[in-house]
Amino acid sequence: MRARTNSFVLLAAVIAAAVHPALAAVLPDDRADALYHRYEGGGVTVDGPSLLVRKKLGEKYSVAANYYMDFVSSASIDVVTQASPYREQRRQASLGFDMLNGRTQYSVAYTNSDENDYTANTASLDVSQSLFGDLTTLSFGFSRAWDDVSKRGDPGFHETVDRWSYRLGASQILTPRLTMGLSLETISDQGYLNNPYRSARYLDPDVAAGYAWEPEVYPSTRTSTAVSLDGRYFVWYRAAVHGMYRYFTDTWGVGANTVRVGYTHPLGDRWILEAAYRWYDQSAADFYSDLFPREDSQNFVGRDKELSTFQSQMVTFGATWQLPPLRWGGLERTTVNLFYDHALYDYADFRDIPKGGAPGTEPLYHFSADVLRLFFSAWF
Amino acid sequence: MNAARRAVLLVLAALAGCSSVEPWVKPYERQNFADVIMAAERDPVSTAYIDHVYEAREGARGALGGHGGGCGCN
Repeated sequence: MRARTNSFVLLAAVIAAAVHPALAAVLPDDRADALYHRYEGGGVTVDGPSLLVRKKLGEKYSVAANYYMDFVSSASIDVVTQASPYREQRRQASLGFDMLNGRTQYSVAYTNSDENDYTANTASLDVSQSLFGDLTTLSFGFSRAWDDVSKRGDPGFHETVDRWSYRLGASQILTPRLTMGLSLETISDQGYLNNPYRSARYLDPDVAAGYAWEPEVYPSTRTSTAVSLDGRYFVWYRAAVHGMYRYFTDTWGVGANTVRVGYTHPLGDRWILEAAYRWYDQSAADFYSDLFPREDSQNFVGRDKELSTFQSQMVTFGATWQLPPLRWGGLERTTVNLFYDHALYDYADFRDIPKGGAPGTEPLYHFSADVLRLFFSAWF
Repeated sequence: MNAARRAVLLVLAALAGCSSVEPWVKPYERQNFADVIMAAERDPVSTAYIDHVYEAREGARGALGGHGGGCGCN
């Protein structure tokens, strides 16, 4: 876990969402996906597979299973300044079940994520309902998660985290070419929310470097609210323009804006090309500082760059190629897909200590990351 | 009639009105939404992975759109 903290756990319910259907009144297609993912940036490399299988059981039921792995090699800025580079693995399994009853769809899912110092279990329930001749879909959902936190080298360390998530959604077909959606989600955490390996930095005139480290201390509760609006428009020559805006705020003082715009363009019957741009900015948590004035200067101290003031930009290019019809296995359609993302992260109050300088005057940290998604999909 | 009763009646009247709403985009006008390029979440495994990348690097979480997902975790 270390500097990456429990952020890996996020994938648990994200994958749980992936095994959920997107719209009510229609069960998801029978399909299988085999994905290879790779993230490289900021001294961190994470890669591994993800496998998903979905299958209908009669007209009213559908099951989905996902298995996901991360192989992590980390020499991030946190690790370089506070610890030693490390390698680790994480395994995650999800199982989902959908039931269609008239225009109402019920979905339940369970996810277990396990790494050597962090275990997470998430259960979720989602309900969606089609209205007005299927022009409108309303949905609501609830997730509950239980995490166990341990610490390598400290067998006596054991902490827990409880999480609750509540979400509401509405999607609406507005015209024969335009559909829009609105989502609201509130998440509450309670328990050990900081990283047992990460430290906060404070000024210390008694040491040669001019600064020293103390363990991070976070509040034991956090509640966040996010609301997003998205839309997708069908262009007359057969292409799609899509966009999304999300506003985020939480009780730690973090505020964020996300904007994403994209364009999807088919080429003939076999190719689909896609390009997108994403902007993200956030303000820092109230208890975040790159350099505190002294030891124990306040009740809560944190130096997680994910809680600092920063902005990021990402461009995405993707291509989907539909293979010629295969004559075996009952396969209806198969595709090979490649998506590449390039991201830039610029921090406004997180300093690059290895670059040197007097405490608090080091250059501001920034890094770039490349993300690859290569996957094979089959519908049957 | 107090304000709460008026509000309840207003909501009931609105719902009754909704039940008779005629779809203004007819079924035969919706072929565009059946096109794969209009799918909000064409490839769920791929979308879930990139959403995870975002949330691992950013303080924000939830309301990711499309699947209405999120996580219930930090």
